[in-house]
Order: sequence, then structure tokens, then C-alpha cells
Amino acid sequence: MSETKKKKSVKWGEEPKLSVLDALYLPAIASGLATAMRHAVSGKPMTRQYPEVEPEIPPNYRGVHRLNRDEEGRVKCVACYMCQTACPANCIEIIAAPAPKDDPHWKDRDKFPATFTIDELRCIYCGMCEEACPVDAIELTSVYDLTGMTRQEMIFDKEKLLSVFDQTVDSGNDPVRTNRGILGPASEASQKAKDAPPPPGRGRRG
Amino acid sequence: MIQLLKDAWPILWPILAAIAIILAVVPFLGLYMTFIERKIAAYVQDRVGPNRVGPFGLFQAVADGIKIFLKEQIIPDHVYTVLYFIAPTFSLMTAMFALVVMPFGPVATDYKEGFRFIVAPGIDIGILMMVAISSLSAYGIIVGGWASNNKYSVYGAIRSCAQFISYEIPLGLSLLGVIAITGSLNIEKIVAVQSASLLDWNVFWQPLALLVFFTSALAETNRLPFDLPECEQELVGGFHTEYSGIKFVLFFLAEYTHIVTVSFLTVLLFFGGWHFPGLPGPSGASLVVLLLGLGVLLIKVSLVVGLIMLLRWALPRFRFDQLMGLAWKGLIPLALANLVGVAVVLTLGLPKHLLLITAALPVAAAYYSAAKFNQTVSTESSLRAALARKQAVSYE
Repeated sequence: MSETKKKKSVKWGEEPKLSVLDALYLPAIASGLATAMRHAVSGKPMTRQYPEVEPEIPPNYRGVHRLNRDEEGRVKCVACYMCQTACPANCIEIIAAPAPKDDPHWKDRDKFPATFTIDELRCIYCGMCEEACPVDAIELTSVYDLTGMTRQEMIFDKEKLLSVFDQTVDSGNDPVRTNRGILGPASEASQKAKDAPPPPGRGRRG
Repeated sequence: MIQLLKDAWPILWPILAAIAIILAVVPFLGLYMTFIERKIAAYVQDRVGPNRVGPFGLFQAVADGIKIFLKEQIIPDHVYTVLYFIAPTFSLMTAMFALVVMPFGPVATDYKEGFRFIVAPGIDIGILMMVAISSLSAYGIIVGGWASNNKYSVYGAIRSCAQFISYEIPLGLSLLGVIAITGSLNIEKIVAVQSASLLDWNVFWQPLALLVFFTSALAETNRLPFDLPECEQELVGGFHTEYSGIKFVLFFLAEYTHIVTVSFLTVLLFFGGWHFPGLPGPSGASLVVLLLGLGVLLIKVSLVVGLIMLLRWALPRFRFDQLMGLAWKGLIPLALANLVGVAVVLTLGLPKHLLLITAALPVAAAYYSAAKFNQTVSTESSLRAALARKQAVSYE
């Protein structure tokens, strides 16, 4: 390597000179105190008073799960096990049952979940169940303050998951998000209902 | 026996009353100082601070106290049990003991009978005793660190030991000037001498002593920027790593008592104590005047406490060599120079306000240290340049 190149490749920074005021410490202390005081008297705290003032949760937040209902108030889930298979934390457990054929209420469905439990403590809230669901039955809501006193009450069964739907669907923050599924009769029904003008009194059944 | 007690009662009851006040107020004060400290910290950091328990969070201190008193008493397996228990009690004992000679309200120097705002009035070795006792508190820390049988605790204790040894010297030296002019170690007399007028406050002719005293006193209280014995980032908790519950509270209370002591001393020795221009002295004064004096003293003290708490958020922590360097190379020479100045003024009978010149000493010291530093820097860079020219070293 040539001499000139060597000189250019190394660049030495000079240490800044110390002034009398720097070495005296006191001006620095005074300015530090002034900064502290300025913040202390500014009276503009950044704190959010949480239980009174709730945070704004973004619409794509992944909170507690819910099981959506279709137009007739039935559980939209068709017990296909896609979410259970996709779940990396193994927290979903479904037991499928054949839909009661002689009941006219269920005549368009082959299967439905007899039980559908999610262990909310085990869940990592990754949203893969929601991705996997072919009929948009399972969704994550923006409910973020889930607590419980026992482990048992944190294992949500089908009724509880449906009740989460009932609580959140009208809150404005958690509309039924996607409607891309065209696989299953439940989904087709919802697509038809979406295309058709809404009949009077339409809505989920409580 | 009872007769003896009856005879001694007129002397005894004011002392007992003063002791009762100190014993009642200091722990309460310690609790509330944690609350105030948290509030100040919060405001400085643009937060709100504790505001849930009671109005403005005022009962937070009480809640903290209840919580920590009800905590499980954990005694780790590996500690030296006897020393482990002695350390916190000793720590608090020394901290409270120093308050014996400290007037916490206006005290006249003629010491009439009846209640006075001091436990032991008229002690002629007042400051000496205070300095001696408060330096004993190092033992609490050292014993605690040693008894914990934990390397971090011992590191904390060793640091504390080194820090105390260093900062006792400038602390004592800075007080000597004040004592020399007053001619007494008696704290009440020192305040009485300052009470002639506003300009007689010691701060107006001993600013350098105040600076040295306050800095070393901060170091003695183990507060930031000198909290090396217990810095969380380096030593987990320092000497109190193994302490929890009520034993930790005793250490904590000792620390806050130290802050109170230091603030009181600063005010009493340098800011005229209970003197305020226009307010008559405590000798033969009415109750109202006494209470006014008490208020003046307490306001001054709380200002100093506030300053100490603010300083915590204004300054970074010293490195240990910087800490020792500041004491040995900065504060001790300055205090000695100040003492020489006082001696000269006293011997030649000059007006004491000439000593204001000593305020220039730190500036001179800073000038010297800056010049020295810059010289080192330029020497190093020129050395580097010379070596590079000779190609003696390669920086590639």
C-alpha cells in the first residue's frame, strides 16, 4: 500500500479541548438541574391514566379469540380442524359432530363443532388460526385486558367464545373482518346474504 | 429513687419530649420522603407518579410501609446471622443518634428550662459529635455487606468504606473555617453568630466551604451522584442485596435520616438556621416567634432536601476513580486552601467577607485541570503524529 493511501485511510479525530467551565463541573450541574426543573414544572406528563383512559387499539390487534356466528346465529365453524392443525401452540381442541340432518335449522351443514376449546393461557396470539380458517369462523378481537383468577377459567369453551363474539361484534372496533371464504355452505350463505339487500330485522340471533 | 426522678423531672421532661418528637417524626418523615422522592422523580421524567392511594396518592407511603412491614422475613442460608441482624439496626441507630445534638427548631443559647427544640442543648462538641457519629454509619454498611456473604454486597461495602474515608476529610476540613470564626463547636452558637444579619450567614463568606461540605455530605449519604455502594446497575443492590422486608427498611430509613441530617446541617451551618431578616432571635421570644423560626428552618431544610432529590436526576453517577480523584485531588486541597484563608483573615484581623475571594479558588483549580488535560491531549496527538511519521507503528 502506498504512503499517500495509508495516510488517507486512517483519519484521526481530535479530542475536544476542555474549557475552564467544563473542568469546573458547576455550569454542567446547573444546566442539568435546569433541565430537570424544566421537566418538573412543565406539567405535561406523558402518563396515560390507564383504567380511566383506555388505549386506542389498532384494528389489526390480536387479542382474545371469538367464534363468529352466521346469519342464523349458529356457530360459523364447520369443524374442519384447520385452525387446530395450524396452531403452533397446540391450544385449540375441537371435537366434531355430524350436524343433525333432520333438524331443518342445520340442514345445510355436514359437521359442526360439538366442543371447541381454546386455552387462552397457552395461546401465543399469532393469528394463524384466523389465517387458516376457511369460513372466517375464528377471529382475534381487540380485547386486550384478559385476566382470570384460575387457570380453569382461562380455558374458553364454545359458549364463551361465542359470547366474546356477542360482546365485541357491535363495539365498532371488531367488525367481522374478512369475507374471503367461499368454501363451506356457511360461507356461501354469508356471501349470498352480503350480496342481497339486507332483509328487515336481519342480524345475528342472540 | 422516685424522689430522684421527681427532682430530675424539670430537666428530664423536655429531653424526653424532644426524643419522642424525633422518634415519632423521623420514621414518618422517612416514609414520606420516599413518596416525595417518587413524585419528584416522576415529574422530572414527565410522569405522574403515585396517585392511586388516597388523594394525590398521599397514602402511598402508608401503603408501602404496611406492605413492607408485613413482608416475610427471609434470612438467606449463607449469611452470618448475628451480624446480619446487627447491621441494619446499627445503621439506623447511628443515623438517629447524630440527631441528638441537632437543633430542629430555634434554640436560644441561654438554655432556659422548659421545652427546647433539641434533645441535648448546650453540647459544646456539637458538630464534632455529629461528624463522629454519622461517620460511624459506615460500620452499618460494612458489617451488612460482610454479613451478607455475597460478593456484590462486599463490593458495595468496600466501596462505601473507601468513600467514607475519603469524604470524611473534606467534610471536616470545610467545617473548620466556620468553627474557627465562631470559636465554638456548639451548633446553637454557630447559628446565633450568623443571626446578626443576612450578610452574616456563613454562606456569604464561606461559599467554598459550603461547596466542599455539600459535596462531601452528599457522598456521605450515599446519594447520587455518589451512590456507588448501592448502585443497582453494577452491584445488584450493593450492601443491601440480601436484605428484604423490615431489615431493608431500617437501612433505607437510615439513608433518609442521613439526608435529613445533612440538610439540617447545611442550613444550620451555612444558611443561618432559623434566622430570617426581621425575625427576632429565640432568646426570650414568644411562642409565635419560636414557631415562625421553626417554620423558617423547616422551609430552608426542605429546600435543601428538594435540591438533593433533584440532583439525583440531574447528574450521572461518578466512576469510582473519578469519585476518589474528586475527593483527594479536588475537595481536600480546596478545603485546605479555604482553611488557610480563614487563618490569615483571623490572624490579621481582616473583615471576614474578604474570604469571598475563596470562591475564585475552584475556578483556578478548574483552569489548572483543564490546561493539564489539554496539554495531555496535545502531547498524545503530537506523539502519535511523530510515531506515524517515523512509521514506527502502524495504525492500519
